[in-house]
Amino acid sequence: MNVLVYLVPMALALGLSALFAFLWSMRSGQYEDMDGAAWRVLSDDDLEDS
Amino acid sequence: MSEALDLSIYVRRKGNTAHMDLAVEGVSCAGCIRKIENGLRQVPGVSDARLNFTNRRLAVDWRDGALEASEIIRALERIGYRAHPFEAQRIESDETRHARWLMKCLAVAGFAAMNIMLLSVSVWSGNGADMTQETRDFFHWLSALIAIPTAAYASRPFFHRALGAIRARQLNMDVPISLGVLLALGMSIVETANHAEHAYFDSAIMLLFFLLCGRYLDHAMRQKTRAAAGNLAALKAEVAHRFDCNGTELVTVPVAALKVGDRLLVRPGERVPADGIVLSGTSEVDESLVTGETAHKPVAAGAVIYCGSMSCSGTLTMRVTAVGAGTLIDEAERLLEKAVAGRSRYLRLADRAARLYAPMVHATALLTAVGWLAAGASVHDAIVTAIAVLIITCPCALALAIPAVQVVASGALFRSGVILNAGDAVERLAEADTIIFDKTGTLTLPEPRVGNASEIDPDLLEKAARLALSSHHPLAAALAREAHDRVPYDQVAEQPGQGVRAIVEGKEARLGSPAFCGVTGSLATDDPSRSVIAFIHGDCCALLSVRQKLRPDAETVVAKLKEQGLKLMILSGDRPASVAPIAAKLGLSKWSAGLNPLQKIEIIDSLKAQGRRILMVGDGLNDAPALAAAHASLSPIGAVHLTQAQADGIFLGERLEPVLAGCTIARRAGRLMKQNLLFAVLYNAMAVPIAMTGHVTPLIAALAMSSSSLLVTLNALRARNRGATLGRSPDWSAAFVEQNPGAGVSHLRDPRRRRAAPMRATRATVLP
Repeated sequence: MNVLVYLVPMALALGLSALFAFLWSMRSGQYEDMDGAAWRVLSDDDLEDS
Repeated sequence: MSEALDLSIYVRRKGNTAHMDLAVEGVSCAGCIRKIENGLRQVPGVSDARLNFTNRRLAVDWRDGALEASEIIRALERIGYRAHPFEAQRIESDETRHARWLMKCLAVAGFAAMNIMLLSVSVWSGNGADMTQETRDFFHWLSALIAIPTAAYASRPFFHRALGAIRARQLNMDVPISLGVLLALGMSIVETANHAEHAYFDSAIMLLFFLLCGRYLDHAMRQKTRAAAGNLAALKAEVAHRFDCNGTELVTVPVAALKVGDRLLVRPGERVPADGIVLSGTSEVDESLVTGETAHKPVAAGAVIYCGSMSCSGTLTMRVTAVGAGTLIDEAERLLEKAVAGRSRYLRLADRAARLYAPMVHATALLTAVGWLAAGASVHDAIVTAIAVLIITCPCALALAIPAVQVVASGALFRSGVILNAGDAVERLAEADTIIFDKTGTLTLPEPRVGNASEIDPDLLEKAARLALSSHHPLAAALAREAHDRVPYDQVAEQPGQGVRAIVEGKEARLGSPAFCGVTGSLATDDPSRSVIAFIHGDCCALLSVRQKLRPDAETVVAKLKEQGLKLMILSGDRPASVAPIAAKLGLSKWSAGLNPLQKIEIIDSLKAQGRRILMVGDGLNDAPALAAAHASLSPIGAVHLTQAQADGIFLGERLEPVLAGCTIARRAGRLMKQNLLFAVLYNAMAVPIAMTGHVTPLIAALAMSSSSLLVTLNALRARNRGATLGRSPDWSAAFVEQNPGAGVSHLRDPRRRRAAPMRATRATVLP
C-alpha cells in the first residue's frame, strides 16, 4: 500500500491543476461569449493569404 | 435641419482610449461578426471592436479625440447594421459579478466532490474487503484536507444568506443547509480522530455541489433575461432635441442625459421625453400612454405635460421639471409607494416550505438523540445518530425543487416572448385566478390603425399611404403603415394642422382633414373613438377611419383564457364609449371605464379582499400603481419605463398570445413545484426512519441524496413548453423592428414611433 503515498497526492495535484486551468480560463473571459466562439471557428480571417 | 448628436454620456474614458458599448440589431451569423469587427477596425482611430454574439453587444475602443461616438454608429450603418448605445445597468454588472463568484464556488465544489468521492468509494469497497485501519484513516484525513477548505470557500453563498436570515430572526432554506454541512463536517472530523468506520465528508461536499448547480442555473437564467431586457431598452433609443446654452442651436441627446431646467423642442408626432412646462407653442397632446384617455388634450404656454404623451399637431418648446425617477405624476407616485410596500409581504413558496421544514427537522434530530439516550445508548452514539438524521434530511431536494422548475419555466417563457423581472414571478403568475386588462395599448395595439382599409380601393389606399409617409401627424402615421412601397412622393407640401399635398401622376393629391381635401359625406359606422381623415386624388376620394385596433389575436387569447377558468375584466382610464365596443367584441361582461389610478387600485383591493389573486396586464403610466398592487403583473414592450419597472414581466410583439403562454407555463410550473415539494417530503418520510434507527451509512446517504436531487431536477424539465400555446414562437428580430418601425425609411423623419424620436431619425438627418 506504500504506492498510495505518492499516487494519491499525484491524483490530487492533477485535479488541482485542472481546477486552476478552469479558473484561469474563466478569469480570461473565455466563457463570456459561448455562441460567438462556436461561430468564430468558421471564420478564416486569421489564415495567411496564400 | 442638421442636428449634432451628442452621445457623450455613453462614452467611458480610460487614459487615452474611449470605450462605448452598443446593442446591435440584425446579427445572425458568423459573417456578421467578421463584417462588423473588420469594418469598424478599418475606421481610422478605432483601436478595437469586439462583438459578443451571445448577447448581441459590441464593445468599441478608440483613440480619444480621434472621432465622435456618433461616427461609430454611422460607420456601422454603412456596413448595414443598426446599433444603439448601451449603458450597462448597475444591477446587471452586479449580477455578472455574482454569477462569476457562484461559478468559482461551483468549480471548487466540483473538484472537491470528485476527489473526495474517489477516496470514499475506495473506503466503501475496502470496508468489505481487507482495508487496514491505517489506510482508512489516511483516506479520511485526506478527505478532510480537501473538504474543510472547500466548505470554507464554496459554502459562503449559503452561509451569507443563512446568517442574514438568522439576524432577521427568520428561517430560510439556507439555515438547515448550512447546519447540515457544518455538522456533517464536524462529526466526520471527530469520528476520523476516533478511527471510526464512517465519515460523511463526501455527503457534505456533494450536497454543496448539487445546491450550487441549482443556484448557478437559476442565476444564469435571470442574467440571460436581464441582458435581453437591457438590449430592448437600448433599442428604444429615446432621444430629445435640446437647445444648447445659447438657446439657439439644437443638439440631439439621449433622454438619459436630460437635466432639470433643460429647454427642449418637441415636434409634432414626437413623444414628450420628460415631464415639463410648455414655454411656447400650442398643440394637442395624446396622453393615452399616461392616462389611458384617447381623446386629445389642447395645450398652450404654461401647461404641464407629462413624459410619454405625444404632441400631435404643433411644435412645442418646453422646460424640463423632472427627469428619470422623478418623472411621474405626484399622485401616481404616492399610490405606487403604498402598493409596492403591500406587495413585499409576499412570501415565496420555498421560504414558506423552509419555515415549516426547518423546525420539524431539528425537532426530529433532537427527538432521536433523546430517544437513544432514553433507550440506554451512549452519549456519543446518540449524538452521532442525531447528526445522521440532520445530514440525511439536509434539504438538497427541497432546495432544488423550486429553483429547478423556475429555471426551466423562465426559459420556456423567454422563448414564448415573456421576459420576467422578478425571481418569484413564476410562482405568483401561477397563482393568479383573475386577469385584469387595461384597454389602450394592452388589449388594443399601441398605435392606431386604419379601420376601414378593406373597404377602400387598394390602389387608392396605397397612394394615400405613400403620401402619408411624408406627414408628421400621428393619424398619418397610422395610414402610412398600410404602404407597401415605402418610398415617399417628391415635393410634398405640409400645411400644419391641416394636411399634406403633392402632385401624383400629374394630378393633385391631398391628405388631411375632410375640409382640407374638400370631401363631404360621413362614414357608415358611427364609432365615437375613431378619427376621420380624407384623401383626394383627382376625382377619386376616400374617407379613412383611424382608430385603436384590437391586437390581432385578442379574441382567441381571451377565449382560451376563459377556457382555463380564469376570470377576466377590463379596467380602463378611457371613456366608457370607447371601452364598451371592445368589451362586447371580446365577450367580457365585466368592465369599468373612466377610472383614475386610485380607483383602479380600489377595485383591485376589493377583489383581493374577496380572496382573488389578480394578474394585472397594463401599459400606461396610470396603470403603474395598479400593476404594483396586483398579485402579479405583465406589461407589453411598448409600455412606459416606469410601468415596465413595476411589472413582474414584459411581453413582446403585436400579439396578446404571450399572456396566454405566460399563464399556461406558469400554471404548469406551479403544479410541478408542488409535485417536487411532495417528492422531497416523500423522500424524507422514507429516509428519516432509517436515519433515526441508526442504519444510515455514508453510502446510503450519498445514494439517497443524489437520487432525490436527480428526481426533482428531471421532473422540473417537464416545465418546458410543449404545444401549450397557439403554437407560435415569437420572432425576436421582429420585436426589435417593432420597436423602431422606421427601418424601411431612411431619408425622412418618420413619426411612426413610440415616444421620443429614436436616434435613427436624427442620424438620417445628419447623413449627407
